[in-house]
Amino acid sequence: MATPAQEHSHAHDDHAHGHGAHDHGHHEMSFWSKYVFSTDHKIIGMQYMFTGLAMGIIGAFFSYVFRMQMAYPGHHVPLFGVVSPAEYNSLITNHGTIMIFWLAMPVLIAAFGNFLIPLMLGCDDMVFPRLNRLSYQIFLLSAIVLIASWFVPGGGFGGAWTAYPPLSAKSQYNLTPMGSSLWVIAVALEFIAFLIGGINFVTTAMNSRAPGMRMFDIPMVVWMIVIASILFMASVGPLIAGAFMLLFDQLIGTGFYDPVRGGDPILWQHLFWFFGHPEVYVVLLPAVGIVAEIITVFSRKKMFAYKTVLYTAFGTGILSFFVWAHHQFIAGIDPRMANVFTATTVLISIPIAEMMFVFVATLYGGSIELTTPMLWALGFIAEFIIGGVTGIFLGSSGADIYFHDTYFVLAHFHYTFVPIAVIAVFAGITYWYPKMFGRMLNETLGKIHYWGTIIAFNGIFIPLFLTGMGGDHRRIHNYDNFPELANERMYFLREFATVSLVILLFFQFIFIVNFFWSLKNGKKATANPWNANTLEWVAPSPPPHGNFAELPNCYRGPYEYSHPDREQDFWPQNEPA
Amino acid sequence: MGIEHYIEQASSYAADIDNLIFLVGVLVGFWFILVEFVFFGLIVAYRRRPGVKAQYITGEEKHQKRWVGIPHELVLVCDVVIIIAAVRVWVDVKQTLPPAGETVRVIAQQWAWSFVHAGPDGKLDTPDDIKTVDEMHVKVGTVYHFKLESRDVLHSFSVPVFRLKQDVIPGREITGWFKATKTGIHDIQCTEICGIGHALMPARIVIQTKGEYDAWTAAQTATASR
Repeated sequence: MATPAQEHSHAHDDHAHGHGAHDHGHHEMSFWSKYVFSTDHKIIGMQYMFTGLAMGIIGAFFSYVFRMQMAYPGHHVPLFGVVSPAEYNSLITNHGTIMIFWLAMPVLIAAFGNFLIPLMLGCDDMVFPRLNRLSYQIFLLSAIVLIASWFVPGGGFGGAWTAYPPLSAKSQYNLTPMGSSLWVIAVALEFIAFLIGGINFVTTAMNSRAPGMRMFDIPMVVWMIVIASILFMASVGPLIAGAFMLLFDQLIGTGFYDPVRGGDPILWQHLFWFFGHPEVYVVLLPAVGIVAEIITVFSRKKMFAYKTVLYTAFGTGILSFFVWAHHQFIAGIDPRMANVFTATTVLISIPIAEMMFVFVATLYGGSIELTTPMLWALGFIAEFIIGGVTGIFLGSSGADIYFHDTYFVLAHFHYTFVPIAVIAVFAGITYWYPKMFGRMLNETLGKIHYWGTIIAFNGIFIPLFLTGMGGDHRRIHNYDNFPELANERMYFLREFATVSLVILLFFQFIFIVNFFWSLKNGKKATANPWNANTLEWVAPSPPPHGNFAELPNCYRGPYEYSHPDREQDFWPQNEPA
Repeated sequence: MGIEHYIEQASSYAADIDNLIFLVGVLVGFWFILVEFVFFGLIVAYRRRPGVKAQYITGEEKHQKRWVGIPHELVLVCDVVIIIAAVRVWVDVKQTLPPAGETVRVIAQQWAWSFVHAGPDGKLDTPDDIKTVDEMHVKVGTVYHFKLESRDVLHSFSVPVFRLKQDVIPGREITGWFKATKTGIHDIQCTEICGIGHALMPARIVIQTKGEYDAWTAAQTATASR
């Protein structure tokens, strides 16, 4: 293991002029080198966070437009207009693509990973700062390419985020000759950005830990981001190959997915889902890590069975490579294969259930304070369980025959992805905001935002479970053509979901106000406002360039709360025994 | 709670699928309620009180791990029950083909369904075949084999009242089966996104008694021969 000192000198080469983010005078770096071309992990983390959140706002706006079309088909949608079928398809496709690749991944993995890993490990930067900067620049380019794809002739790609060929491969079928190619290029660039970032996260966690920090002293969120990065790197290769084959089919007329010329459309589905299912856990695990940090701090409890959580994460990660074909039960694969994938899929509930049990057990005997971040963390668990149990219906091959491609599926995965990409993201932002910006968020506004979001979220997706049970199939521009689906009860449920969405979006303005108001007017944050143990709270809030005045040593695990030998109910990792 | 309250059961296997969904619902519902109950119970029971310090529990000792380990094993038991039940239904519906009484060809394209009925001779690809667009006629109580073909992109053949769904793939012929148990007219949906007209692929399935079906066949044949 390399000593941190070596790594630090390496990192310092890159910002020899930086002596703290708030340095004034003629030593100050220009705006460009400080905020745009910075190699500081915190700045890169912020770049990822703000880019990701901006993309998230676009994705949320898209959902507003198509939900309005669902509830009031053919009507003028305020701020958009009448939604044509082509626009509708493009909106749902890009909503899914954005929320997973341009919101969940950049914020959960890249933003929190970049900001937290060096701070929580007690070092001054990532081991490859320039590679880190390159990763963000490629990511930014990918976002620009994606946005550009909506404004080319023919409009944005509308073949769903899964992009099944032949629809995605041939412009005479999808009618978006440029949009679909730009979409593939954007996604491929995004993958490259995250491959580079992943190398950095894993290498940093393995090599740059504070002296004395053993493997089992690493905070859970760092572990989870590392495991997620490994999962991503191991699963994305086949899909990058698949994406290039798709691009060749689109642009130079190859026939990888064209049955007429010996290709096979199902090949794409295997490559896509071999990546796509581990991807679910790529974003889940960092979210779980964030929740683990928050729950231990605000219940003042040691994490129940730290090693078990770690092993369940490994177990989930490995199992996630053997479940992909549950997306393809009725896709025309050999029906006998479904039996194998039903077994693996239902069994993945074992490590995930164990993880949830451990979190519940951590609350036992605690001293629970319901701060805003804690509410978000608890909300994650309460809601994610719904996503988990409804997955069992879909993993059961026999039941999936009916549920496949209905709104039941949609409601199910939103009960996993909204807890991941929205609830856990808010948990993380509200928890680390004092560290990031040196100010406290307003608790009252935070709680109003929390309850408005959580209640409205359930108001959106509980009705959609019901429309799915009633037979609403996905990606339909207008249900009026289907007599069994065009009845009053179904329209009531769709409208209920849409109104709930509008309410949810309205409550996000409260968060935005709170975020920017508190930057200037929030109470000044001390270095450790939550009395937490992990090393990021040793650094000043916000941490200057180089993070720590003196690099900390580590003496114990991250969750020694309420230790019986101590008066104080916390025991920072850097405090000598 | 059951699917049958939302949409009618009209095939021989619809009830099996609904019962499977119900079984899964009961098992996961039990765990859901239990976990949420314990979860909220603990939040209330251990809310912060001045002067009360949290307990120090590592969760690494055997008697502590039991609290997670035992529920965990019970979840495994439930999983096994669900897997067995799911596979049994699946094998019946998708993996085995009962002998056919009739065969019908279903052709999907952007954006229409064509159906080739065997006609009076009961054989496909003969001159008396009856071809229809967006309307499929079947006899109640007869085992049908359907042969799915696509002319362009992926589609999916879904008859919700039958609880039947099967993707349609260009370059392949996929065979499946159903047996209608009730007469009536119901929706056929395309459930795989297939371009801008994806919502314009509704068709209707007309389930008739043998007498009605024969009369329809005769009328179609008469029209065709005129």
